[in-house]
Amino acid sequence: MEQKIAVSLPKAPTGIRGLDEITGGGLPRGRPTLICGGPGCGKTLLAFEALARGAALYGEPGLFISFEESPADLRLNMASIAIDVADLEQRGLLLIEWIDLEQGEVAEVGEYDLEGLFIRLGLLIDRIGAKRIALDTIETLFSAFGNQTILRGELQRLFRWLRQRGLTAIITAERAGPGLSRFGIEEFVADCVILLDYRITEHVLTRSARIVKYRGSAHGVNEYPFTIGPHGIVMMPITSLNLSYPASTERLSSGFPDLDRLFEGGGYYRGSRILVSGPTGSGKTSLGALFVTAACARGEPAVFFAFEESAEQVARNMRSIGIDLQPWRERGLLHIISSRPALAGMETHLVTMLDTVERSGARVVVIDPITGFHTIGRPVDITAMLFRLFDGLSALGATTLATSLTNAGADPTQSEVNISSLVDTWIVLRHHEGNGERNRSLLVLKSRGMRHSNQVRELVMNERGLALVEIFATGENILVGAARIAAQVREQQEYELLQREAQQRQRRYAWQRRQLALQIEALQSELAALEEEMQTDAVLTEARARAQAQSRLAAARYRSASQEDSDG
Amino acid sequence: MDNQLPEYDLWLYIAGQTPKSLLAIANLRRICDQYLGGRYRVQVIDLHHEPERAISDNILAIPTLVRKLPPPMRKIVGDLSNTERVLVGLDLTPRRHTGS
Repeated sequence: MEQKIAVSLPKAPTGIRGLDEITGGGLPRGRPTLICGGPGCGKTLLAFEALARGAALYGEPGLFISFEESPADLRLNMASIAIDVADLEQRGLLLIEWIDLEQGEVAEVGEYDLEGLFIRLGLLIDRIGAKRIALDTIETLFSAFGNQTILRGELQRLFRWLRQRGLTAIITAERAGPGLSRFGIEEFVADCVILLDYRITEHVLTRSARIVKYRGSAHGVNEYPFTIGPHGIVMMPITSLNLSYPASTERLSSGFPDLDRLFEGGGYYRGSRILVSGPTGSGKTSLGALFVTAACARGEPAVFFAFEESAEQVARNMRSIGIDLQPWRERGLLHIISSRPALAGMETHLVTMLDTVERSGARVVVIDPITGFHTIGRPVDITAMLFRLFDGLSALGATTLATSLTNAGADPTQSEVNISSLVDTWIVLRHHEGNGERNRSLLVLKSRGMRHSNQVRELVMNERGLALVEIFATGENILVGAARIAAQVREQQEYELLQREAQQRQRRYAWQRRQLALQIEALQSELAALEEEMQTDAVLTEARARAQAQSRLAAARYRSASQEDSDG
Repeated sequence: MDNQLPEYDLWLYIAGQTPKSLLAIANLRRICDQYLGGRYRVQVIDLHHEPERAISDNILAIPTLVRKLPPPMRKIVGDLSNTERVLVGLDLTPRRHTGS
């Protein structure tokens, strides 16, 4: 819903945060503006602030004509909005005049006019050279005087007169019934009509302003929430109308090196919105705290909105995991703003948060958690509010990390579909329960405009800080915590066992080899002995054979000699 | 006028010689002559000549008649064209007239 505000008429800025943006530069200069609303809606404050800030910021002297509250009461009421009324009065930039209407004590006989009022206004205007005038509430004239025909004529003349004198006039009117004002003052003020309202839902008050009419000028047409705080009225700041903002390619460290590594090693994009969702105790706040400390370490102001814990609790809890926020708070770089969602309406929170961020100049904003608002509104309203909040923060140039609490059992990727489209980066934290313990895992579900890891990592937190550990997967299951450690140990043992077995086998082989070698040696010496024996035996056998042959030869020779002797 | 304070001290605020103002002056003179005899004093204050008095005397409507004396102070706005209602407004009853 981008809207362009064309500046066609000369305008008088009110100096009220947000109002000048909604009106495209302020109230119509030199013309009357009507502020209507019921009792307690902030009419008087708005009129007074427009005068006082006009005087303080733009040097335009202002005349405040009160028909109801005495100047003393007014000064007392305005003391709360950080405007030095006394100083402005002393410098002749502000004049508060009370006109006592002495209601009911005046008889009317015949024709009259309000020339006395004109003379008084003229004198007071000239006294300080007023450029702006407020009449609060001029309608009370109707109760002080009876002749409505005369009053209507005179009021018409008054508005003409104010216009002729070139005064930027603010007239307040009480709202009653269906019309804008009880006596139809809006008929006379054709230039600009602003309606103030408030409603109370669930015991929570939400103020709103709407520009009913702004002749000759484009203007925001919505109901704009506003708050009345220590700085006076704050409406939706500047950026609520203009939703175009640059897309940065600059990377910001998440403050968690292990996590940065999952985002191509760089971290989040500047100006992006990051959602960290997970069940209670899963480490959401820690990621937020890391992010703000990283910003502060770069010298950038940061705001941490804590909707569940007090600022001190956040600081203490983070210290227990090695994140020290205190030094940054002391140096004024980090603001931890703690508030209960139920303390104010959503719109009021929205305005207050954007105002805080704008005032502090924060570049990094953490909202912990956004789900806190579910207690004070319908989901559809909350989504609408978050849209505006995120857009507002992006337009302020802030990088926003919001945490979201999911039910322990529910799948976070299913339960937050409505916000997921709002965010650029979505980190899902989960619990893994088993083996009598609970462990955390982290997954970057999406991160627009960059490649990011699709791996589930185990998130380990202890007093030294946070670390991401590669998940241990065995088949279908991922193992975390003690199970991961057990599995790791088991694997180590198995490995060592295998090592030992292999060594044993090697030793056995070596021994067998040695045994065999020894056997071979023994057999070889046996063989050698055998061969020797064989040789010896052969030699002996030959010698014996030779000896036998010789003896046989000798015997033969003996026998043949004796035969010859006997025959002869 | 007498040195002594009159019984009725009446201040009439006007702004220039407008028909309404002139009418109011004439009506006041007539009523006073008729009902107050010599017991009154009328001051006509023209805010065009003394504008500051509009603030100091808290005057909005013109013409305005203020009864400064006797107390309490009373105010009547308008051209005083209805004698009966002026008398009521000034807390003057016709009885006083018959008495004088």
